[in-house]
Amino acid sequence: MNDYTKYLASRVTAGGLSRREFMGRAMAAGITLAVADKLFTESAQAAEPKRGGHLKLGLEGGAATDSKDPAKFLSQFMFCVGRCWGDMLVESDPLTGAAVPALAESWEPSKDAVTWTFKIRKGVKFHDGKELTIDDVVATLKRHTDKKSESGALGVLGSIKEIKADGGNLVLTLSEGNADMPLLLSDYHLVIQPNGGVDDPLASIGTGPYKLASFEAGVRATFEKNKDDWRTDRGYVDSIEIIGMNDATARIAALSSGQVHYINRVDPKTVSLLKRAPNVEILSTAGRGHYVFIMHCDKAPFDNNDLRLALKYAMDRETMVQKILGGYGKVGNDFPINATYALFPEGIEQRVYDPDKAAFHYKKSGHSGSVLLRTSEVAFPGAVDAAVLYQESCKKAGIEIEVKREPGDGYWTNVWNVQPFSTSYWGGRPTQDQMYSTAYLSTADWNDTRFKRPDFDKLLLQARAELDEAKRKEMYRTMAMTVRDEGGVILPMFNDFVNASTKQVKGYVHDIGNDMSNGYVATRVWLDA
Amino acid sequence: MTNPAPSNILPGLRFRQRFPLLALILERFVLSIVLLFAVSILIFGGLEALPGDFATTYLGQSATPQAVANIRQDLGLNRPVTTRYVEWLGNAVQGDFGTSWASKNSVSEQIGKRLGNSLFLAGFAAVISVPLAIGLGMVSVHFRNRMPDKIINVISLAAISLPEFFIGYLLILFFAVKFGMATFPATVYDSMGFVERLKAIALPTATLVLVVLAHMMRMTRAAILSVMSSAYMETAELKGLSAFRSIVKHAAPNALAPIINVVALNLAYLVVGVVVVEVVFVYPGMGQYMVDAVTVRDMPVVQACGLIFAAVYIFLNMTADILAIIANPRLRHPR
Repeated sequence: MNDYTKYLASRVTAGGLSRREFMGRAMAAGITLAVADKLFTESAQAAEPKRGGHLKLGLEGGAATDSKDPAKFLSQFMFCVGRCWGDMLVESDPLTGAAVPALAESWEPSKDAVTWTFKIRKGVKFHDGKELTIDDVVATLKRHTDKKSESGALGVLGSIKEIKADGGNLVLTLSEGNADMPLLLSDYHLVIQPNGGVDDPLASIGTGPYKLASFEAGVRATFEKNKDDWRTDRGYVDSIEIIGMNDATARIAALSSGQVHYINRVDPKTVSLLKRAPNVEILSTAGRGHYVFIMHCDKAPFDNNDLRLALKYAMDRETMVQKILGGYGKVGNDFPINATYALFPEGIEQRVYDPDKAAFHYKKSGHSGSVLLRTSEVAFPGAVDAAVLYQESCKKAGIEIEVKREPGDGYWTNVWNVQPFSTSYWGGRPTQDQMYSTAYLSTADWNDTRFKRPDFDKLLLQARAELDEAKRKEMYRTMAMTVRDEGGVILPMFNDFVNASTKQVKGYVHDIGNDMSNGYVATRVWLDA
Repeated sequence: MTNPAPSNILPGLRFRQRFPLLALILERFVLSIVLLFAVSILIFGGLEALPGDFATTYLGQSATPQAVANIRQDLGLNRPVTTRYVEWLGNAVQGDFGTSWASKNSVSEQIGKRLGNSLFLAGFAAVISVPLAIGLGMVSVHFRNRMPDKIINVISLAAISLPEFFIGYLLILFFAVKFGMATFPATVYDSMGFVERLKAIALPTATLVLVVLAHMMRMTRAAILSVMSSAYMETAELKGLSAFRSIVKHAAPNALAPIINVVALNLAYLVVGVVVVEVVFVYPGMGQYMVDAVTVRDMPVVQACGLIFAAVYIFLNMTADILAIIANPRLRHPR
């Protein structure tokens, strides 16, 4: 049984997958009907999800400055807190990343993908007993799309022109076609609140499986079970306690002494030590986050594509994954998309470390002297080490890199997106379109490689409105090739999300959407006594 | 300052002559206020000079120029620095530190809770460490250069040489992970009972005691020893006083000033310098609060924390000075 079928089986056990869905996916993964059938029966019988118990999480990323307003969720801590008490209109499938119904039952685009109609679920109650109405949905989206809004989702929803109710349905009109609209609504800021949270954004009243019982920013949040939850396939434990633990050693000590059931952000350097603890399980999930070395395509000497290619060939990706990520990651191929995205362009040749080719392009570029690379520990964990490793691999190609270590404070203001060559990271985005639109569109605010190509922009907008998947996939392939061969990004690795739990925690879903089971960890697992 | 002056020249001088002690205390007090005022300018100016501002730092990579502009407008960051400083100081003097930019909560209210936590931990550590340090210091003088003195010295030197986070980790490793005796993490919250609270802070308190104990103990020992070598101690010995009696009765009072000083310094440290311990033990005190705020440039919080830390430091130093003056009359007449 490979990881995928093991995962499928665990989903069956968790009650998250029907027989039909399971058979379909298992057979697609190359398992025969008879085996799949047997596997399903076994997993369905094995360990039904247990209900009850008090789940404790120790999470990095909480701060005294955290706000309970979903529009301002930013930290890992609040991401997880929000997922406990709130629901979005749409969720993403943990396996495929495709949009699946949540508070919106179904949806229908117009032919040009400009107008979208969402059918809103009936009979869902907020924690205060009030029923969810279309007005609440409209008010929520209006609050997050207001030009004066400070919402973290403002950029995502920028293309929404009109939000209105049509009977029980929500109708969105966009400024241009977007085939990914449903997925955009799965953004974790877009928690549906009574009257959109306009009256009291901090009330933390939602439709989620748990009610917020107490909250102290950056310290602790506790939850009680919502007895009126509209779903039965989640919310297995009776109560949840999330404790903010920003010190990595504190998290590990709390987990290995059994004081908490789950911790996030396990440092790859200490994974092997933590593995030795008898009651601990390492949970590593492939993610979309990636570490990058960014060159400004419009500044000398990086305005020369041969130099950019030379620097790309001089990157030893395998060593990076082993040394910097401790093996918990996958090599990158100089474009910001990996197999966890829907419509991932397969079959693009993997770029490997090649000092000869690097030397060839370097010579062709006509550049001489050293290249200045700015880095800092805050760019990504191990960024300074990565820069020094890179310096070594470049040396073999005859390219001299000067590594300058910048202070972490102010790195994002003074270095990233300002200096021509620096280290950085990107978290994943729900769709390829969003990833490219955020960082590779000519007009993008965070086009940190200064990659400005009208043909690329045109293709991106075309792909966005294309409802035919095959055509869309082909367009994404062309875009990936352009960024890979002509862009300003050196992308050595995608980092896995490395978390850990005690062995009592069952039913953990390795969600490709985001870290901590896409934030849903507390609502998806159960405790085995 | 203490030159006898004709009593009809300056009323101030007359007051100083008549109540030298009170005058000195008042002088110290006024000086402290001036100092605090100067610190407030430094804090505000320093924060203005920090790279990066709240809007960009807080929104991070999810920021759009629109959102950034909205936030700046909202917070009135477009107004001149001096206006904002005067406004802030005016409110701060009345105990109002404004609202946090990030969480929109009242800073005073938040600080009330956090400072309470910090003082609880520091107070508990002080109650244990101060008597223990002074007691051990006296014991070590009494057994000077013999076994007990040496043992106390070696242990305290070891404790002072280890960084506090390391002591913390060692305690966690043994008492929480290996033996499961102590509560960890030491997170305290509103609905927690007093006994539970005491249990929760056992490990951080032990860490703090170990960290500050050595400093105070060694200073006590050194101060008493230096007095012991003076002529009047020899007299006491020749008079036939017992060793213990001569230490307690004659040496200790004269050694009080430096001891008070080092105790005050360590008390201040217990309140304002325990960030690392708070982080390691996941204890929601002032240090953790300030670090969080600095990270996102939540200015009202940083300013308030800075000012309160400065006030604690200045107040404890002032108290130490005044107590030292009271304890040792010679300090009232500086040469």
